[in-house]
Amino acid sequence: MTTTATPTPVEKIAGGTADYLDQRTGIGTFVKTFARKIFPDHWSFLLGEIALFSFITILISGVFLTIFFVPSMTEVHYEGPWAAMNGVEMSEAFASTLRLSFEVRGGLLMRQIHHWAALIFMAAIVTHMMRVFFTGAFRKPREVNWVVGFLLLILGLAAGFSGYSLPDDVLSGNGLRITDGVVKAVPIIGSYTSYFIFGGEFPGQDLIPRLFTVHILLVPGIILALIGLHLFFVVLHKHTQYPGSGRSDKNVVGYPLFPIYVAKAGGYFFTVFGVIALMAATMSINPVWNYGPYDPSPISAGAQPDWYMLFLEGSLRLMPGFTEVVIGHYTLSLNVIIPAMVVPGILFTLLAAYPFIEAFATGDKREHHVLDRPRNRPFRTAFGVSILTAFFILVLAGSNDLIATHFHMSLNDITWAFRVLIFVGPWFAFWVTKRICLGLQRKDRELVLHGHETGRIVRFANGEYIEVHKPLDAHERWLRVQHDAIRPLEIEPAEDSRGVRRKGYRLDRMRQRLSQTFYEDRIEPVTPAELAASHSHGQHDAIAPAGEPAPAQLTGAVGGGQHLVDPQDETALDGRNR
Amino acid sequence: MKALAARRQDRRAPIVLLLLALLLTGGLYAVLAPTSADAAPVQASTNDIATGEKLFQANCASCHGPAASGTASGPSLIGVGAAAVDFQVGTGRMPMQMSGPQALPKPVQFDQEQINQLAAFVASLGAGPAIPTAEQVDPALGDVANGMLIFRTNCAMCHNAVGAGGALSQGKFAPNLWETTPTHLYEAMLTGPQSMPVFNDANITPEEKRDIIAFIDQQGGTSPGGLDLGALGPVSEGLWAWVVGMGLLIGAAVWIGAKSS
Ligand code: HEC
Ligand code: HEC
Ligand code: HEM
Repeated sequence: MTTTATPTPVEKIAGGTADYLDQRTGIGTFVKTFARKIFPDHWSFLLGEIALFSFITILISGVFLTIFFVPSMTEVHYEGPWAAMNGVEMSEAFASTLRLSFEVRGGLLMRQIHHWAALIFMAAIVTHMMRVFFTGAFRKPREVNWVVGFLLLILGLAAGFSGYSLPDDVLSGNGLRITDGVVKAVPIIGSYTSYFIFGGEFPGQDLIPRLFTVHILLVPGIILALIGLHLFFVVLHKHTQYPGSGRSDKNVVGYPLFPIYVAKAGGYFFTVFGVIALMAATMSINPVWNYGPYDPSPISAGAQPDWYMLFLEGSLRLMPGFTEVVIGHYTLSLNVIIPAMVVPGILFTLLAAYPFIEAFATGDKREHHVLDRPRNRPFRTAFGVSILTAFFILVLAGSNDLIATHFHMSLNDITWAFRVLIFVGPWFAFWVTKRICLGLQRKDRELVLHGHETGRIVRFANGEYIEVHKPLDAHERWLRVQHDAIRPLEIEPAEDSRGVRRKGYRLDRMRQRLSQTFYEDRIEPVTPAELAASHSHGQHDAIAPAGEPAPAQLTGAVGGGQHLVDPQDETALDGRNR
Repeated sequence: MKALAARRQDRRAPIVLLLLALLLTGGLYAVLAPTSADAAPVQASTNDIATGEKLFQANCASCHGPAASGTASGPSLIGVGAAAVDFQVGTGRMPMQMSGPQALPKPVQFDQEQINQLAAFVASLGAGPAIPTAEQVDPALGDVANGMLIFRTNCAMCHNAVGAGGALSQGKFAPNLWETTPTHLYEAMLTGPQSMPVFNDANITPEEKRDIIAFIDQQGGTSPGGLDLGALGPVSEGLWAWVVGMGLLIGAAVWIGAKSS
């Protein structure tokens, strides 16, 4: 906007309001510091924003749905435009969902926006979590924020599941039936808990109103509060950054929040909303009119939960049924307890506790603001990939019937294959990923020491051939040598100088073992000495490219490495070879 | 009442009861048994039967036996009725080509006249369900909502909620029903091909069968919410959320990220 001597009326009002607020709240200084906050730029830092923006989309569309949805299990007879339901007895919840879909203007679009946004929300949370995990953004001081994030993940699951069950259709009712079975499988308190949840024998009359409260008040309320805390922590800790020249644990390189980042984020909100709206306008989701109102007897082929719950379905499908044991008069349903409680229990505990386990194994108390390249932490990366593999196998197992029909395979064979894979797959994925990480690190070392291959072959007068290698520029080199090599922890011996057994030795020993599992196999980054050695080695047979002066002398002072100075400029010319 | 109670102690009572029960089942059977081939809409002429037999000897006898009484590689067709032949040959399942978990449909090899002749021949071997009339399968005459209710208690567990198909054990599957003609729908219920149970007229009355046909006709493959994604439920929705949704959003994120550097 051009600066004019006389402000327009709009500007006057805006200025006036801002001034009014500032004088009363001192918000000006706050906005100023906040606006100057630096935010590093990388596409993967937008993954959290997808989660945030899809959540906002969920809130907005959800408010619309609440206006028309009737959370009641009172039986009514449907009268409306959908012929296949005419006169059919159903709960008011289902009837109002049909009304929303076919009679309320824009209702179907809103329902579809809400549901697609929920799927995207969960997908974004998971990808965001993967980014945070694989880059080590959960290290000190961000472990707490990891835990907040983890709670958000669990709450996201709760939000999704409670909402999915609200329309009271057959499909989601099947899901509730499974939930009921899982609750009842809990030893001793199971059946009481089930009666408590459903207000009597399943399905009862109370569930939908209860779920409604959980879904529109309790869970979103807590999610909102936790998102606030989460973002507060992001601002407080400042955002992490990817490694690169000029970036350290003591600075943040990026753009100020205002105007650049705000503009980008604002634009991105509309992108997220736009993509969701586009999907909702063109692709059907949860067509409850296909499934019909809930009735405990029927179940249809292809009955599965939304994708984020599918791993549980898969683990139930894989579990052989004979594992139910009867002790005296009590039934211990291991066939339900293991797949529906132990498996997710292990998965979620590992996820929640990982930052603490890793810190324990590393023995590292320093703060980290520069992210790791996944290859430089082979154990962590391999561990993450193996958890994802297990998750993915369970998701596929939950879709085994669709795999059977679409690829013309036998359902039984698929199930057996997955039963084996769920044990073998994660180990195999771990091993392969770790090998790949170590290989990439070796490649990095190789590049730093010898430079890029140029494909230029030179023949000497004496007949010898050599290939010319182009050394890395300082930025490239720094990226490959900046990280610390973490070595397994050393512990004090079991007995002190007087031969007395030391207290706490066993814990230390355990810790050392863990540390060895994490860091035994490693490739250390190139040290300045190694770099210098390799250069001097390359020096004696250096040749000058035709018509150019002799290559610049390289000294040990150039380059990176944990003990090297951060490079300021580009030094090496295209001259060195070996 | 007292007299009856006293007689109950009689040693002959079980025999009387048994006789009564037999009579009742027999009577019920007579009333409810599938209509015989005589009820076929087009009265089969002896000529048709003769041509049908020739076709049968040429195409089917290798498996079903020259007298259609079955061999090691095909079941007996005596009493399966015209409906079974019309369904099996009309959907291209027969003559079977490849043995597998289940005889698969393939391009139909005979025209309707030949199918009718084959059906007439098989029907002449023993009474069995007839090909339904056009009125019996007219979707316009059925009650869609009732069809929905019957379909989901009897068929959805194998064929999916709207007939998109589903998996059975050992590589068998219940196919998608959206392209199936009303007549074949009716015949499938009546004859129960392969792993599918038979739904005779006592199980699901002819009117209810028509209601089911009306339901499939009205709802199978219709999707007011946009693309139906195969009507396969949450798995395909989840897949599309990742592929299309996350695909586009991450693409946009990379694009925004690339703009800075
Ligand atoms: C390659 C062997 C083969 C040939 C050729 C063959 N069939 Fe079949 N047919 C079978 C088998 C096997 C079955 C049993 C399928 C099943 O139930 O799994 C069968 C089943 C049938 C049935 C269903 C029987 C029932 O109980 O409902 C009919 C009807 C039938 N065949 C008719 C024919 C006719 C008509 C022809 C010739 C056009 C023919 N078949 C050719 C192997 C064959
Ligand atoms: C036990 C599972 C099961 C049930 C229940 C079942 N079917 Fe089937 N249905 C099958 C199988 C398996 C086939 C495939 C048979 C074949 O290929 O010969 C089939 C085939 C069909 C076909 C032939 C489709 C085509 O075009 O090839 C129709 C029509 C059909 N079923 C309708 C129904 C209806 C209507 C009901 C409910 C009244 C029903 N089915 C119930 C398993 C089932
Ligand atoms: C409701 C779901 C969530 C929302 C809305 C959300 C939002 C965000 C946003 C906007 C950021 C800053 C940008 C970014 O780094 O992507 C962020 C950072 C972070 N999130 Fe989340 N997040 C959610 C769930 C999670 C989960 C499940 C975890 C892991 C368990 C997690 C852990 C973190 C961490 C550790 C950071 C700091 C990252 C860094 O500074 O590099 N978040 N979150």
